[in-house]
Amino acid sequence: MRHIISILLENEAGALSRVAGLFSARGYNIEAMTVAPTHDASISRMTVATSGSEEIMEQVLKQLNKLVEVIRVHDLTEGPHIERELMLIKVHAVGPDREEVKRLSDIFRGRIIDVTDRSYTIELTGPGDKLDAFIHALDPGMVIEVVRSGASAISRGAKAI
Amino acid sequence: MTSPTSITERLNVQTKSETLTGAEIVVRALRDEGVEFVFGYPGGAVLYIYDELDKQEAVQHILVRHEQAAVHAADAYSRVTGKVGVALVTSGPGATNAVTGIATAYMDSVPLVVISGQVPVALIGNDAFQEVDTVGITRPCTKHNFLVKDVKDLASTLKAAFYLAATGRPGPVLVDIPKDVTAHQCAYHYPDKISLRSYKPTVKGHPGQVRKAMQLIASAQRPMFYTGGGVVLGNASEELRKLVRALNVPITHTLMGLGAYPATDPQFVGMLGMHGTYEANMAVQHCDVLVALGARFDDRVTGNLAKFAPHAKIVHVDVDPASISKNVRVDVPIVGDLQQVLTEMNQVLAELDALNDRHAMQAWWGQITEWRQRDCLHYQQDELIIKPQFVVQKLYELTAGEAIVTSDVGQHQMWAAQFYGFDHPRRWVNSGGLGTMGFGLPAAMGAQVAEPDATVVCITGDGSIQMNIQELSTCQQYKLPLKVACLNNHYLGMVRQWQEFFYEDRYAMSYVDALPDFVKLAEAYGHIGLRADKPADVEPVIREALRLKDRMVFMDFRVDAKENVYPMVPAGAALSEMILV
Repeated sequence: MRHIISILLENEAGALSRVAGLFSARGYNIEAMTVAPTHDASISRMTVATSGSEEIMEQVLKQLNKLVEVIRVHDLTEGPHIERELMLIKVHAVGPDREEVKRLSDIFRGRIIDVTDRSYTIELTGPGDKLDAFIHALDPGMVIEVVRSGASAISRGAKAI
Repeated sequence: MTSPTSITERLNVQTKSETLTGAEIVVRALRDEGVEFVFGYPGGAVLYIYDELDKQEAVQHILVRHEQAAVHAADAYSRVTGKVGVALVTSGPGATNAVTGIATAYMDSVPLVVISGQVPVALIGNDAFQEVDTVGITRPCTKHNFLVKDVKDLASTLKAAFYLAATGRPGPVLVDIPKDVTAHQCAYHYPDKISLRSYKPTVKGHPGQVRKAMQLIASAQRPMFYTGGGVVLGNASEELRKLVRALNVPITHTLMGLGAYPATDPQFVGMLGMHGTYEANMAVQHCDVLVALGARFDDRVTGNLAKFAPHAKIVHVDVDPASISKNVRVDVPIVGDLQQVLTEMNQVLAELDALNDRHAMQAWWGQITEWRQRDCLHYQQDELIIKPQFVVQKLYELTAGEAIVTSDVGQHQMWAAQFYGFDHPRRWVNSGGLGTMGFGLPAAMGAQVAEPDATVVCITGDGSIQMNIQELSTCQQYKLPLKVACLNNHYLGMVRQWQEFFYEDRYAMSYVDALPDFVKLAEAYGHIGLRADKPADVEPVIREALRLKDRMVFMDFRVDAKENVYPMVPAGAALSEMILV
């Protein structure tokens, strides 16, 4: 099963590679991993999308907690939460495609953020499957380049993790 | 601490807070931490530190002949004393040589602080001479590590390193210090205490869980205790003995746990696992409640996990939550410091209304006695060829079981564990987790430095001893009177045994040709070498070695080349599926 794990950790050099190293050393899956400082500059927040059996997830959480620089670990998939990902996608846009891509982008609530006479660059935010759907809606030959941020996620409600 | 000089010193620190160089800070911090011995090897990046070490006497430095040995010696020093061991190495190859030692300590949860030199900050990442990414290389085999880029962070980082190494589940912590940082100056202040918001180990066991565990244990028909290195590391031997005696339960140890409970006590059924005793393994397989204390259900202990202790409810106490339910599902998990949790368990025990059913316990002990009668460690000593087990047994008898025994890795290690009965903790020093050949001799040095008056015996083999044989030179320099007992069978014996059992007698590369004459080699290093070729030589050789109290003696025992370690649970088999003699 897919899990989204939030990790608060000391914003220090090497902390990221400790987490990444843990996943590779112990053979845990990583679908995506994002990290950036929080409103407290001394703390970074990392979001890891991973998958595994219940036993493996228990170990993932325990092993993460064991890292000296990790302050808090929370499996967001245990409760209601919101997941978002940012995608920047560059597509060929010439002739009749120009209008079609623009329409498609509007349907997905995307924004065109760069334009040339042959291409559009579109910014799109949403859960991962929405971004997948947008890519699938395009003719595969049209896609020039895709960059995705990986999932960021937060729990619903008034409380912090 | 109340002497006038120390008060003056303290006042000095408070009033003018001395300005020190990084190198001075390192040495002062070691002193303030109460470190007596540092094991190390100098090199370019640590020259300032060595310069300062040389100017004082409170912290003594033991010069080894290879950085791996420095870490093993510091490791054994820690295992014997319970203090944090300290090693000091230079950058690049100094650090990479230390890695095997660090990984060894990490696997066995030994508290160490390893200080490594690094190229100057401005050169980091430049592929400078003797530069490696030490922090990167050691990240997966340390509990934590630090690169100190500013001299102002040095004292507090060293404090954190000692604190992290010794608390929670202990382990090695590495502090990498660039050369220029050891030359820069700043005000010295060594913090008394340190608190890290991201690191709060659980010490006290959950009272509800402790009660639940004790009720489960007391209701068992066939209870069994299985304890590991955590009891030794946690100094919980006394509390364990009290509990096990009060309950009259059988107890087995892992390789790392030997000595926690006296081997000569009838409740002790020997080591369990791949080369455990028949009675220990059978008892684990047939018990209805298994109490695991400071042990981690390692594959060498459990055999086939799916068939492990099939009838048992499991209580597991460990300071490391990640060790619980990692390999085996646990019914009553308790996270906490072993000494504290065992004290809590003893308290709850005193309040329990009823203990284990007497008839059930009688039947259980009757069954165990029956298993014991298999005499699974039996061997036949004839008049021609020395049996390796016989050597260990004689060592045990002639040292009255009081020696500190270190070992390398292989058959001799298993025979040492099976035939040297340890009645006390911290007397048995071996690389259980990583299985590092070359550990034994430097470990014996660290143990001898820790206890200069103790009899220290390194039980080794002709393969392992050659992996750090250069340390015979260190033994000479510091007049360490340790005894090496080499069970010389001309083979990498454990490899040979597996080849015999599982590779149809094809002995690929396990025969060690061109062995040196160990007696002459020992003499070349200025030691005494003795050889035993026949069974009748064994006792006189050991007696002579022990008589030479102030000399390092190398005993070369020419033992049966084809002897195997029994019992043996083949990899992947259940614990009850043992190959017996």
